[in-house]
Amino acid sequence: MHSHFLLLVLFAFFVSLVFALLAKDDPKEQLRFGGMMFAGFVGAAVVLGWLMYPFPF
Amino acid sequence: MRAKTVEETQAGSLVLLCLAAWAIPGVGHLWQGRRAKGLLFLIVLPVMFAIGLGIHGQLFPFDFSDPLVGLACLADFGIGLPYFIASALGLGVGDVRAVTYEYGNAFVMTAGLLNFLVVIDAYDIALGRK
Repeated sequence: MHSHFLLLVLFAFFVSLVFALLAKDDPKEQLRFGGMMFAGFVGAAVVLGWLMYPFPF
Repeated sequence: MRAKTVEETQAGSLVLLCLAAWAIPGVGHLWQGRRAKGLLFLIVLPVMFAIGLGIHGQLFPFDFSDPLVGLACLADFGIGLPYFIASALGLGVGDVRAVTYEYGNAFVMTAGLLNFLVVIDAYDIALGRK
């Protein structure tokens, strides 16, 4: 498994899942919180990746 | 005096609960009847740890002469028994030449740190805060 993006998505999934389970008790709220956190992780990584694209190092 | 004995018993069972919750991820929740959460922690955290080792993550030695290595070891240590099983099996040697080395470390350390949070959550449930 050498795809950085796949590893990033997998990492975001696991961390979001655990935080959603810890932070919320209601399954609907867990799904909403976890989904938002997952989207935030992946979205932020993609945006930061593009912002860093012009840098040579 | 009887109240003190009850308090001591409760404190003892709390310590035992926290130790069990640390040693086997999710057991603290299972112990207190939170089956769904406990089962998910029991599956997710060891899987995350195993993926980290599978992609050449390293189990850092307990060496505080280099503070970052020591802190990384504490994070690794958070996963409990899987850490000792992996060490006994000779896993977690780490390969710095592998493309996924840093990812592997992130998976292994984060699994341990998340398990610390799970232990704290189990402790809060036992105290009736949640």
